[in-house]
Amino acid sequence: MMEYEVVIGMEVHAELSTKSKIYCSCTTEFGGDPNTHCCPICTGMPGVLPVLNKSVVEYAVRAGLATNCKISSFSKQDRKNYFYPDLPKAYQISQLYNPLCTDGYVEIEVEGKKKRINIREIHIEEDAGKLVHDEWGTETLVDYNRCGVPLIEIVSQPDMRSAEEARLYLENLKAILEYAGVSDCKMQEGSLRADINLSVRPKGQKEFGTRTEMKNINSFKAIVRAIEYESRRQIEELESGGKVEQETRRWDDNKGISYAMRNKEEAHDYRYFPDPDLVPIVVDEKWVEEIRASLPEMPESRKERYITQYGLPEYDAGILTSSIKLANFFESALEKTSNAKAVSNWIMGDLMRILKDKEMEADEIPFPAEYLAELVNLIDEGTISGTIAKKVFAKMFDTGKAPGTIVKEEGLEVVSDEGAIVEAVKKVIVANPQSVADYKGGKEKAIGFLVGQVMRETKGKANPQIVNKVLREELNKI
Amino acid sequence: MELYNLTAHELSDMIKNKEISAVELTKAQLDRIEKVDQKVESYITVCHDEALKKAEEIQKKIDSGEINSPLAGIPMAIKDNICTKGVTTTCASRMLYNFVPPYNATVVEKLNSQGAVLVGKVNLDEFAMGGSTENSYFKKTKNPWDLERVPGGSSGGSAAAVAAGEAVFALGSDTGGSIRQPASFCGVVGMKPTYGRVSRFGLVAFASSLDQIGPLTKDVTDCALVLNAITGHDPMDSTSADIEFPDYTKSLINDVKGMKIGIPEEYIGEGLNPEVKNAVMNAVKVFEQLGAQCETFSLPVTEYAIPAYYLISSAEASSNLARYDGIKYGFRAEKYTDLLDLYKQTRSEGFGTEVKRRIMLGTYALSSGYYDAYYKKAQQVRTLIKNGFDKAFEKYDVIIGPTAPTTAYKIGEKVNNPLEMYLGDIYTVSVNIAGLPGMVIPCGMDSKGLPVGLQLIAKAFDEATLLRAAYTFEQNTEFHKNRADI
Repeated sequence: MMEYEVVIGMEVHAELSTKSKIYCSCTTEFGGDPNTHCCPICTGMPGVLPVLNKSVVEYAVRAGLATNCKISSFSKQDRKNYFYPDLPKAYQISQLYNPLCTDGYVEIEVEGKKKRINIREIHIEEDAGKLVHDEWGTETLVDYNRCGVPLIEIVSQPDMRSAEEARLYLENLKAILEYAGVSDCKMQEGSLRADINLSVRPKGQKEFGTRTEMKNINSFKAIVRAIEYESRRQIEELESGGKVEQETRRWDDNKGISYAMRNKEEAHDYRYFPDPDLVPIVVDEKWVEEIRASLPEMPESRKERYITQYGLPEYDAGILTSSIKLANFFESALEKTSNAKAVSNWIMGDLMRILKDKEMEADEIPFPAEYLAELVNLIDEGTISGTIAKKVFAKMFDTGKAPGTIVKEEGLEVVSDEGAIVEAVKKVIVANPQSVADYKGGKEKAIGFLVGQVMRETKGKANPQIVNKVLREELNKI
Repeated sequence: MELYNLTAHELSDMIKNKEISAVELTKAQLDRIEKVDQKVESYITVCHDEALKKAEEIQKKIDSGEINSPLAGIPMAIKDNICTKGVTTTCASRMLYNFVPPYNATVVEKLNSQGAVLVGKVNLDEFAMGGSTENSYFKKTKNPWDLERVPGGSSGGSAAAVAAGEAVFALGSDTGGSIRQPASFCGVVGMKPTYGRVSRFGLVAFASSLDQIGPLTKDVTDCALVLNAITGHDPMDSTSADIEFPDYTKSLINDVKGMKIGIPEEYIGEGLNPEVKNAVMNAVKVFEQLGAQCETFSLPVTEYAIPAYYLISSAEASSNLARYDGIKYGFRAEKYTDLLDLYKQTRSEGFGTEVKRRIMLGTYALSSGYYDAYYKKAQQVRTLIKNGFDKAFEKYDVIIGPTAPTTAYKIGEKVNNPLEMYLGDIYTVSVNIAGLPGMVIPCGMDSKGLPVGLQLIAKAFDEATLLRAAYTFEQNTEFHKNRADI
C-alpha cells in the first residue's frame, strides 16, 4: 500500500464575549426564554438597519493580535444570502472580500519541535437563531435569541498533517482566545465550533488532493475521531480505485461516521456582495496599539515562566497554561503558599480528575484558590497527612468549605500525641508476631508494613514520623 | 381659497393666528379625502380617529406654547413603505398586507415631534418598484390632473395626495426618481435629498445604497420646512451623514444672479418629448433673465446609467426582499408541502410581477460567475458617473434639465413594456447613483394640460443651493399656483 499524507485546514467559529449583539443592543447572554433576547433589528423586521457594535471590532482585533495577525486598517462587511428559517434577514452579514485580520499563526509543538499553523484570516460575522421542534405537535418553532450574537471565524491554512496536530492547534487556539478575553470558548454551549477541511495525497506529492468539509464538530474527541475516520475513508476510496468527491459531510459522533450531506443542502450560491447598509470598518493604528498593550501574557510565555520561575516540569506547565482559568487558579493559590510544585500536583491530579468526572470547567470550582493553598500548607506544616488531605480535598469540592474548617469539624488533625500512638503500636505488635520476628531477624523492610498497620489503626491520622519513632522504640524493647 | 389648496406655511400662519385650529384643519383634510379619494385613490390607509386625536393633542401643545413648529397641526401623508408604529405598513404588497410595525421610522418620529398630523398612508408601486403606481397590490392611483392617467411613481400616492389637496405635504422615497418623477407628473414640488442626509431607518429597503426619503409639497417653502424637520444624523442608520445641516428656510432667497447653471446635452437630445423640452428650455430662459449663467455641456456615460441602475438596484433588492419568506410576519401561502415549498408558494403568491422580475434580475446579477460581469461592472460605471458629476460641479452650481421624457401617460399604456417603463428613468437615476440631491418644481404645462417638472441637481449636501434656485424660479413664475381641478 502507498503511503499517504493527510492535509487538514480548520475553520473555527468562536462566539465573542461582548455584552451586546453585533448590530443591536440586545444581550448576548446564553439561555433565556425563547425570543426574549431579541428586537426588530436582530429579527430582521422590515425597514430596520444594522449598526456595528464597536466592541465586536475590538474583540476581533484582540483575537487577531493574539494570533499574530495583521489588522486591516480598512475592511468591509458582506452579505451571504441563503434561505433558512433561523436566518431572519435571509442573509448573514459576514466578511468575504476584506476581512478584519489576515496572515497570522498559532504555534504548536509536535514531537518536541515547534511548528507554525498559519492563519489566513479572521473575520467577524453574526450568528443565526435556532430551530426548536415542538414536543407536542408537528410544528417547528424558531428561537431568535442567538441571532446577531457576534462570532469570529478563524480560517487556518491547510498546514496540519494529523489529527494530533489538529487537536493541538485547536487547543492552543482555544487557550489564546480565552487568554485574550475574546471568547469563553465553551464547546458544549457551542461558543466554539470547528469545521474540518481534509484531503489526502500520496506522500511526496506536491498538489493537494480533493478535499471534503466536515461541519460543526464541537468536542476535541470528536475532532480527532472525525479526522481519523475521514482520512481512512479517503485513503480507502483512492486505494480501491475510486476518487474523493468535493463535498460537505456531516460528522455523526454517536455512530462514529461521517456522511455526505444531500446535494440540495450544500449546493448554495451565496451571492456575496458588500452590505450597502454598513460603512467600511476603519481601524486606526493608535487604537490597535492600545489594544495590543492591553493584552495579557499569552499561554506560551506563561508556560516558559512557570518552568523557570517555579521550576515546574514542561509537561505540567503546559497543562496548567492550557486554560487561563486553570492558570489563574494556580497563580491565585501561589499568593498564599510558596509550594508551587505541590499546588501544581494537586491541580494536575485530583482537581483535574474531579473536574473531568463532574464535567465542570475550571471557573466552576466551588472554592477559591486560597483554599487549595491552605490545604497545601496544612500538609506542609504536618497538621494533616497526605492521605487525609485527599479526603479533605474531596470534601472541599462537595461543600465548598475551607480545608481548616473541614479538618476541625471532622477531627482529622494528625495525632502527634505519643501516648495515643504507643497504644496503637502495642496493638499492632501483638497482632503481627511474624513481622515483628522478621524485623528482629534483621529484615528492615518489615518496619514499613508495621508502620502501615499503625496508620490503619489510627485511621491515617497519626503523624508518620512519630509512628516510626515510637514503633522502633517499642520493638527495641522486646 | 379652499383650505385644501393652501400650503403648510400658509396654514401654519392661520393656526398661529387662531383663524383655524389643528382639529378643524384635520377634519377638513379628512373630509377632503372622503370626497375625492374614491376618484384619486391615493390612500391605502386613512388614520381617521388617530389623526383627530393627535390634532387635539397638538392644538393643546400649541395653546400652551409647548410646541412652536411650522408643521404643528399640519396634516401629512406618508408613503406606505415608511414604518409607522401601530399603523399598517404594506409597501403596497400582498406580502405585507397585514404588517403593523412596532416602531416608527426616524423621519416619522421627527415629524411627530414637530407636531405634524398623520392622516394616512399612501399608495406606491409594490416595494417602490415602478414609475406609475400601477404595480400596487391594492389599487391604481390616478393623476388628479387627468384621472385616466398615471400619477407617476413609485411615490404616486404621495404626489397625487398633495396635488389633489388630500394632504398638505407627503413623504416619499426615491431610489431612481420615485419622488421626482411623480412630482413632475402631478405638478408638485419634490426633493430627493443627498444620500445620507435623511435617515433611512424605518424605510422598508428597496435598494439600500440608492434609497432616500424626501418631501413632496405644494411649494418650495414647504419643501424647506419639511426638509428641516426630517434632516440630520441618525445613530440608527450607519449610512446617515454625521455632518451639520443649515436651516433651509434661510436658503429661500429670491436671487440667482451669477449662479452658474449647466444643462446636460444628453438630457435634452433624442427621446425627449418636444413639449417637455420646450417647457424646460423656457425655464432656462427664465434663469438667464434672472441673471444666472446658463450653458449646455456634455455629461459622459449617461447612456450607461440605466443599465447600471437596474443592476445595482435589483441586486440589492434581491437580497433586501429575501426576508419576506412567510416565516415571521406578513403573508404566508395556505398550501405547501415542505419548507422549500413554503418559500416558493409564499413568494410566488405574495409578490407581484414587477417585484419578481427584479428579484430574478438581481439574483442573476449576483450569481457566481456573473458577479464580475454585472454587479461589479455596474459599480465601476457608478464611479464613472460620480466622477462625471464631480467634474461638472467644478464648473456649475446647479445642473438643470427635464425630469422625465414625457408628461403623465395613460394608465395601462406601458404596463406590458417594462423596458420602455425603465427608460422613463433616464434623467433621474444618475442622481441616485451619484448620491446627489435632486429637486423637481413645476415649470409648465403641455398641450393636454398636464404639468411638466423641471429637475435641478446640486453637488452632495448642497440642498441649500437647490432650494435657492428653485425658490427664485418660483417667485418669478406662476406655475406653482396651478391646482388640479378636482
